Amino acid sequence: MGIQLEVNGSLIEAEKGETILSALNRNGLHVPTICSMKGLSPTGACRMCVVEVEGRENLVPSCSFPVEEALKITTHSPRVLKARKINVELLLSNHPDDCLYCERNGSCELQSLAENLNIRERRMPGNKSPYKIDRSSPAIVRDPSKCILCGRCVRICEERMATSALDFAYRGNELRISTTLGKPLNFSNCIACGQCLLACPTGALIEHVQFPELDSHLHAPGKVVVAQYTTAVAVSVAEMLGKKPGTDMSGIIRTVLLRYGFDHVIESSLGADVMIMEQVAVFQERKKEGSSLPLITSSCPAWVQYVEQYFPELIPALSPLKSPQQIGGSLVKNWLPEIIQAGDKEIVSVLISSCTAAKNEARRVEMTSSGIAIIDYVITTRELARLIRLSGLDLDHLEEIAPDMSVPGSGTAGNLTGVAGGEVEATSRTLYHHLSGKDILPSKLHRFRVNKAYREMSIKAGKQELRIASVSGLSHAVKLIEEIKAGKRSIDLLEVMACPGGCTNGGGQPLPVDDHLIRIRSKAVYDMDNGANIQEAHKNPHVIKIYEDLLGEPGSKVSRDLLYTTFTKRDVLL
Amino acid sequence: MHPDKEFLLKLAQGFIPEPSDEELKYLALLNRERVTRPLVMVNSSISGVVAGARETWAAIESYVAERSLDIELCESGSIGLSSEEPVVSVQMPGKTRLFFSKVKAENVHSLLDDVIHHVIPEQMLIGQLRREGQEAWPDVPFLDEIPFFSLQSRVLLEDCGIIDPFSFPEYVARGGYRAFLQTIRSQTFSEVCDLVIRSGLRGRSGGGFPTGEKWKSAFETASDQKYVICNAEESDPGAFMDRTLMEGNPYQLLEGISIAAYAIGSNRAYIYIRSEYKDAIERITRAITELRSMGLLGDNILDSGYNLQISLRKGPGAFVCGEETALIASLEGRRGMPASKPPYPTQSGYLGQPTVVNNVETLANLPLILKKGADWFRGIGLPGCTGTKIFSISGRARISGLVEVPMGTSFGTIVNEIIGGVNKGRTLKAIHVGGPTGCMIPPHMMDIPVAYENLKEVGLVMGSGGVLVMDDKTCVVNTVRYFMEYVDRQSCGKCIPCREGTRRMAEILGGITRKPADDEGQTTLERFKGVMQLEHLAAVMKDTSLCGLGQNAPSPVVSTLKYFRKEYEEHIFDRKCTSNTCSELRTWYIDVDMCTGCSICAKRCPAEAIIGTPTHPYFIVQEKCIGCGICYEVCKFTAVYYK
Amino acid sequence: MTETARINEILERFPQIKRNALIPLLQAIQDEFGYISETAIGRIGDHLSLPTSKVFGLATFYNQFSFASRGQYHITICNGSSCHMGGSGELLSEITKMLEITDGECTRDRLFSLEVQSCIGACGQSPVMAVNDKYYAGVEIKELRAIIKKYRKDASG
Ligand SMILES: Cc1cc2nc3c(=O)[nH]c(=O)nc-3n(C[C@H](O)[C@H](O)[C@H](O)COP(=O)(O)O)c2cc1C
Ligand code: SF4
Ligand code: SF4
Repeated sequence: MGIQLEVNGSLIEAEKGETILSALNRNGLHVPTICSMKGLSPTGACRMCVVEVEGRENLVPSCSFPVEEALKITTHSPRVLKARKINVELLLSNHPDDCLYCERNGSCELQSLAENLNIRERRMPGNKSPYKIDRSSPAIVRDPSKCILCGRCVRICEERMATSALDFAYRGNELRISTTLGKPLNFSNCIACGQCLLACPTGALIEHVQFPELDSHLHAPGKVVVAQYTTAVAVSVAEMLGKKPGTDMSGIIRTVLLRYGFDHVIESSLGADVMIMEQVAVFQERKKEGSSLPLITSSCPAWVQYVEQYFPELIPALSPLKSPQQIGGSLVKNWLPEIIQAGDKEIVSVLISSCTAAKNEARRVEMTSSGIAIIDYVITTRELARLIRLSGLDLDHLEEIAPDMSVPGSGTAGNLTGVAGGEVEATSRTLYHHLSGKDILPSKLHRFRVNKAYREMSIKAGKQELRIASVSGLSHAVKLIEEIKAGKRSIDLLEVMACPGGCTNGGGQPLPVDDHLIRIRSKAVYDMDNGANIQEAHKNPHVIKIYEDLLGEPGSKVSRDLLYTTFTKRDVLL
Repeated sequence: MHPDKEFLLKLAQGFIPEPSDEELKYLALLNRERVTRPLVMVNSSISGVVAGARETWAAIESYVAERSLDIELCESGSIGLSSEEPVVSVQMPGKTRLFFSKVKAENVHSLLDDVIHHVIPEQMLIGQLRREGQEAWPDVPFLDEIPFFSLQSRVLLEDCGIIDPFSFPEYVARGGYRAFLQTIRSQTFSEVCDLVIRSGLRGRSGGGFPTGEKWKSAFETASDQKYVICNAEESDPGAFMDRTLMEGNPYQLLEGISIAAYAIGSNRAYIYIRSEYKDAIERITRAITELRSMGLLGDNILDSGYNLQISLRKGPGAFVCGEETALIASLEGRRGMPASKPPYPTQSGYLGQPTVVNNVETLANLPLILKKGADWFRGIGLPGCTGTKIFSISGRARISGLVEVPMGTSFGTIVNEIIGGVNKGRTLKAIHVGGPTGCMIPPHMMDIPVAYENLKEVGLVMGSGGVLVMDDKTCVVNTVRYFMEYVDRQSCGKCIPCREGTRRMAEILGGITRKPADDEGQTTLERFKGVMQLEHLAAVMKDTSLCGLGQNAPSPVVSTLKYFRKEYEEHIFDRKCTSNTCSELRTWYIDVDMCTGCSICAKRCPAEAIIGTPTHPYFIVQEKCIGCGICYEVCKFTAVYYK
Repeated sequence: MTETARINEILERFPQIKRNALIPLLQAIQDEFGYISETAIGRIGDHLSLPTSKVFGLATFYNQFSFASRGQYHITICNGSSCHMGGSGELLSEITKMLEITDGECTRDRLFSLEVQSCIGACGQSPVMAVNDKYYAGVEIKELRAIIKKYRKDASG
């Protein structure tokens, strides 16, 4: 049943039970908001969305006020505008004045609010915030002085990621966002997924930037700098370079990096393909052991840390493999030097990823090989975009340099690991081949491409009937795991991605994000796969060569030494 | 004496309409119209304890023990004369009760010596309590003849400080519990709501929301489980009405809560009380236990078919938890952050169920309204604003304490007549009502009858009852700054206008009450920028804050800018605080005759504003002085003074 | 009894795993230990299936809870409006000067800790302060110095 509202003099239709804000938005009317975020519970805290409602003494927050018949609403009266403006001025009155140096310069919501409300002067100066920057985490830097206390990070961490590393603490003039007992992030239960970075409207939460440190290695004699970039990066970075979202920028990335001073550039999908080969071996081994738990993937470093903290009893169910990017790193350090005849030059291995947790992962002792990190630097999509801009190259007239060692066409199955459901889809292809000796028609696995947090299908391969599933978003994953532990579900192979939607929605991705963009990015990955000449990991000629040169066969001693890892229970305050 | 339960319950239910002589005698003992041995009562509530009531108690105990006297020593609540504590009352058999003020431990001896020998110690005497059937002391004023009491209408406070708050029999003997028990027998839920609507009772927490209407709304919301919450957070500093009611007469409140619960058809009630109120907590807890054992709480109360549980929850301390939605959040085990209304608690409150939140004072009215009728209640106060209101007076008043007056009595009457104005030699500058989010009222506005609408018309509020009296030695700007800093600390921090607005205002006011260059290096110009924004900021805070705290936080500033603008101007332009309260604005001088030239002040001055040569008088360079007063403290020869 | 055992004993008193048990539980811990330790936060979170950040977030919201143990003499100063007018601010800065502690802190020798309380409702006797359970009414700076000196002496002798 429709309800009629009068907004700024014209009538609009609203639905019973919705809020004024949602009615306005559906009718194409815009009021600014800070604290509200799609899909998260409303709080009515920021008061930016206030509107005038006839008959009410005070302005009302449109985000939490339910529509009623015949409400008369004004969205931009002088009174409303003054209120919004003063409230933003209040936020600015003690904000650090370092926009020019801020990570979020240009993508900051506070900045654009100030601009839109035509704030040109600090009319109410305030005392500066006394809080220190927390740089303890290799992945995330938190600067409380830039925090405007909208609570988006708190809600995303709780509602989407089921982690609650952050919450509001204290109150009034001491209100702040804090971990338990105010511990540095690295000593908290934060899993570094970086979803809060995507949620934060300001520069209060940013990635731990590493790309300036990289510079000293480029062009350095005696060093070979090798970059690997992930598919999720390739399909997303366009957004920050003024290109159409969803454009595959692989060629440009390769070219710019090489021109910028990197010595070699490879795709992460290579590591992913090798991972798939090994995964199939692990799967069969587990089957033979007759484990009742599913084989749970360990590609997502945030998920791995989550298991170590919250479900240590599931560690045996985790796949013992390193993540694709770490496997890629192992190859860079152990196999590539031969190929490129690096001699005694030092290899510097750089990962360009959509994932912030990968920065954490790179520092894990479990990931090192004889004490040496196999990925030295991790930079995010956002950092890459900045690097590309810095290079000053004209992207429209760039002569692409031929790839080092990517497959002709657009990569292989490993590309799929960039999206949720992709890892099991790609693994299923090789697994099916392994079990039945035949190739499966790729479209038969498209159930893994539906736009849902939980995707599941049964595959009959040879004599075996396998249940394979994928879940993304930790809050969904936790629910599923509880069901599995309670014996309500039986799954053979389970892929878990911490970020909702998988790596295309990783914490290091371009801002702002919305569901629609994530779908475009995912579609770009699927397009890549659909157009690929080789769609199975085991057919990738580089993979075949790697096994010939180095590994022997999946599950071999060399594989175990280089590509497998261990997990440990982590004691932190949960 | 252990009165038998059956008799009490009969009495409470009104089953003894015509008591026999035997029963009458017994009743007189219970309600202390008659005592068989001397009775000594000490106000043991916090105001008494702070003034030394515990020591007084111990002194009385040892006095009695030393002489092996047969005396009944008993605790009481407060009669409302907070500045006269410890208050002790003595009742000799057959005689009226005498009240004494400031009975410190060292005075106990002489006081009791005198009274026991029927001599009246003049210097501590307050007066005697009028009671029929008791012989009055000659030449002793009755309490109701003393101005402090004579101009009040003590309806709610009638028994506070007079009865033993721990004694259920005494409460029943004075007519208690009849209202509730007859109601659950003979009236339907909605009849009670209607009766309360007719009485015109309005919420005493400040807003004046009609209590009956609130109940009706909760009653009419369909749900299996409804809740009543008694709001005993009493978070305004300077307010102690609710505490006194709970400490002095806990059963009255519990009966009121029971009535409210019945009226909305709820069988679960909570009392949310500040954890600092240890005595009130103890008294209420004991009273609840007693009521349970009497069968007046629990399942099927006296076979009426009505069930009721009342539990006490200690509020862990946050001003904003007085706000009802924040209080509910706190009860649910969350941070006490207010929620947007609608939905109102009466629709969706505690655990999502219909919930009525009422103030202690509001609820304490109910036994009386039900007992004496809606018309009786409407007869007190003004039409549209019925009944009485309790105010707690503190600050620079001659008497600090509790005052209960009919609605419509002016603040002028309360301040000038009942409590006798300010101390000798001082003049009244203003009163501040309504706590940190209230407003300041200048003397010329104090004639307005105290009623919600009358005050609102002129932009003032009644508040919950706290009245801070200010004389000419207090500073308006400084007091406003104190309140703003308080609110700034107490804001829950959820919404921007309140969290940031109060902080900016506190900073701006801080700037005004300080010397030109403060620690943060704010210059005069910077501070002045803020001052110009005060009024705009106030308007936006009122307009956009989520809850009453943020909406009303600017009102001390707004009201003082209106009525005491001159004081702001003095602080800003002349950097002068005429009342000499803003210590950092003081101008310091060194008395040349007193100064020995020891040089300690020059060494300690953080601003290097003191110059001179040893053994000669030193001198303060005013342009450099930041007004910290360290020189004053370090000078051993009292040569430093201020103007 | 070890700390954990004492905590567990308190937890057992709150068998239902409901969020509205959180505040009473924290109050019980605060009363028992005088503060809320890291261990306690962890155990409470575990017991109520709540993230510890929520436990911490809640506890910091309210005045009653502290996270460091108190001194042998716990000084509380009322900062209600009447006490403020009566000079509680000056008392506070004097204490800060004498003991070098502010609200919520404890001296290094763990002798004194300080807490600023909101109005305790004894407005007739302002300014009011208390040391442990003993109240002092109408305190002036000189008296304050004497009081602190006395407790210092008590402790050393
Ligand atoms: C900031 C703030 C503080 C409040 N503090 C109290 C309080 O301490 N005691 C109280 O009874 N009501 C307080 N209230 C009012 C309550 O929200 C609520 O309206 C009241 O308990 C209703 O009771 P009544 O209808 O009996 O007046 C406060 C409101 C606000 C906005
Ligand atoms: S850190 Fe960012 S997202 Fe979190 S509350 Fe602050 S401004 Fe909001
Ligand atoms: S007005 Fe203040 S106290 Fe009320 S919700 Fe907003 S921030 Fe919290």
